[in-house]
Amino acid sequence: MSEVSMTRKQQDLILPNGTPVDTSSPASSSSLLNRLQLDDDLDGETRDLFVTVDDPKKHVSTMETYITYRVCTKTTRTEFDLPEYSVRRRYQDFDWLRNKLEESQPTHLIPPLPEKFVMKGVVDRFSEEFVETRRKALDKFLKRVADHPVLSFNEHFNAFLSAKDLNKRQGLALLTKMGESVKYVTGGYKLRARPVEFAAMGDYLDVFTQKLGTIDRIAQRIIKEQSEFLMELREYGPVYSSWSSFEEDLHDPLEGVSGCVSNCSSALEELTEDMSEDFLPVLREYVLYIESMKNVLKKRDQVQAEYETKLEAVVFREDKKTPVPSDVEKCQDRVECFNADLKADWDRWQNNKRQDFRQLLTGMADKNIQYYEKCLAAWESLIPLLQDKQDAKGETN
Amino acid sequence: MVEKGTSLLKMMEISVAEAEKRTGKNAVNMQETYTVYLIETSVEHIIWTNPVPDSLWRRYSEFELLRNYLLVTYPFSVVPPLPEKRAEFVWHKLSADNMDPDFVERRRVGLENFLLRVASHPDLSSDKIFYSFLTEENGWKETVFETGFQAKADSRLKALNATFRVKNPDKRFAEMKHYGDELQSVISQLLRVRARAADRLYGVYKVHGNYGRVFSEWSAIEKEMGDGLQSAGHHMDAYAASVDDILEEEEHYADQLKEYLFYADALRAVCRKHELTQYELEMAAQDLTSKKQQREELATGTIRTFSLKGMTSKLFGQETPEQREAKVKMLETQIEEGEELVKERNTECEEFVKSAWVDIERFKEQKDHDLREALISYAIMQISMCKKGIQVWNNAKECFSKM
Repeated sequence: MSEVSMTRKQQDLILPNGTPVDTSSPASSSSLLNRLQLDDDLDGETRDLFVTVDDPKKHVSTMETYITYRVCTKTTRTEFDLPEYSVRRRYQDFDWLRNKLEESQPTHLIPPLPEKFVMKGVVDRFSEEFVETRRKALDKFLKRVADHPVLSFNEHFNAFLSAKDLNKRQGLALLTKMGESVKYVTGGYKLRARPVEFAAMGDYLDVFTQKLGTIDRIAQRIIKEQSEFLMELREYGPVYSSWSSFEEDLHDPLEGVSGCVSNCSSALEELTEDMSEDFLPVLREYVLYIESMKNVLKKRDQVQAEYETKLEAVVFREDKKTPVPSDVEKCQDRVECFNADLKADWDRWQNNKRQDFRQLLTGMADKNIQYYEKCLAAWESLIPLLQDKQDAKGETN
Repeated sequence: MVEKGTSLLKMMEISVAEAEKRTGKNAVNMQETYTVYLIETSVEHIIWTNPVPDSLWRRYSEFELLRNYLLVTYPFSVVPPLPEKRAEFVWHKLSADNMDPDFVERRRVGLENFLLRVASHPDLSSDKIFYSFLTEENGWKETVFETGFQAKADSRLKALNATFRVKNPDKRFAEMKHYGDELQSVISQLLRVRARAADRLYGVYKVHGNYGRVFSEWSAIEKEMGDGLQSAGHHMDAYAASVDDILEEEEHYADQLKEYLFYADALRAVCRKHELTQYELEMAAQDLTSKKQQREELATGTIRTFSLKGMTSKLFGQETPEQREAKVKMLETQIEEGEELVKERNTECEEFVKSAWVDIERFKEQKDHDLREALISYAIMQISMCKKGIQVWNNAKECFSKM
């Protein structure tokens, strides 16, 4: 498959199989490519599956009101019938997908979805900010799945991206839900001891959750203090204006200060909004991610416990010369597979986490820098205005 | 001695160099703690400058006494204000306690400023009492009381607080008084909101310090990310700490505004004094007019103004010609005196208006200049704060990017 290069941005695209790309539709490759070229390159891996979530739309029916999002896919994988798709999905579709992934790939870490339930009256489910925050999280979810070497080949994921009508699939899925879930859910086996490396993972996750919680609280507190500071600024600036109204010489300088304070207020408002909309949701998403990871660890424990229990039972009953029964062997296989998958996912997760937080915190620093730069520009432009009359006066003296 | 009109400051350096705590017995023989301020002066000679400045200690109440004396003695001058007696418009960190070292320090600066303002005032700087305040430690208080200003002070205070209506005030003074009211109101509001904003800003910066601690704790469980997080945390600590200096600088700006808040009061006092002199002139003129009218009535026999005496004489019989002549003579004397008084008061009024307006114009220019300077230094402070912020966050960003 060909790598996506920067030079092909402007040209009409022809796919490897010779079909020209329709550039008129909003989901066309050129516009997709333009968006995707900003994505991080995963350690130089060549990608053959690109997914984006955009274009939220409100649907009003007699029964309910809900939002759908456009999910665009571009791929060269043979598992897909077409090279590109554009479908509309709503949140419950994403939820369905996640559940299916968890059931069908229980040894893997499934990325989190944004929270399902929002308290009516507290949050406006149809406000621009809420919808945009959700869209970003859904986009991230699909991208994380698409980047996963195992999950991205899952049949349910394929269906999610390509099926015109997902409801049918969902119906079928409900029926098979029972059967599949039995596979890996084991009940009541007690694990004696978690192996060291997995125990270390568990410990790490516990501390990490704590720290993220603290950071969330700090960020919220800062936003609160900034909002209150903003309120005072909004009262402060206009006082200079009313002062200027009964001054002559000082009229312009005072008006200038008032304008400056007003500019700084707007800049602060932007900073606070950005932190609320971009920073906090990502933090919270990671807390959900950690919960998923912890659950996977627990499942692994269960599988190992089942194996150990069954093994013990066999060892007690028969003498050591009898070969190990096949179901115990299967358990052993399951344990080893799970451990391998989990370790691979852990490493991947750690790597992504590092990138994500580097990006998140750098973004936070950038937003603060931008805020101060805006204020600096405002005050610096005021200085010549303040000194202006003085120079003029100096000349006439 | 200094010639009238030349600023004392041209001949002498004045500073309030230090502040010290003292304890002693007060007027009611109770122990009290108070602060004294060291006033240093050095006179410049043509031949040599004093190697060691002269100095004496004064406490705040003595400054107050000096100012009250000046207010009474120079009613047409906008007398520079003293720094506030008690800390007002405080935000939470600043102590409202008079013994607090920060408050004492800011007061020291304010007192020095007061002395420099008086010393550069064309009229006030040549005052003898002011000079001896700076140079004679002992017996100064007695000297002040000997001037008898206290009596004038009491009547002045009464007059300033009395309500009376002036028929023909000088329009400029009425406008100035109105300006003084507005200036006082707007600066009060500004100081109040600024104090609240300072409080909030303090909160914003200090909470960032919590990032420092949590990043440090987090870095302990990380391998590659650890160093970046740890150093970023240090920058967050530095950011949190930087707000103390920022707000201390802003206090200077607040003090500059406060000076003009109190100056507004002094300005209003001058306008009020004008009203008083105008009122007294109008009263004297009114009195004279009524006396002249009375004389006319007696001369022509017509009664235009009601008088109880007139009524009684009508009822109980006319007065004798001798009685009438005595009355006329008395009125004539009164009218003469009245005309003198009106002339006096008129001159007083005119002179007051002239001198006061000169000082008011001087004050206006000073105010425009000073407040403009204050705004410029405020803008510079904000610029410095923004630059510091950019630097800290750039440092943090670098650490984050190395995570």
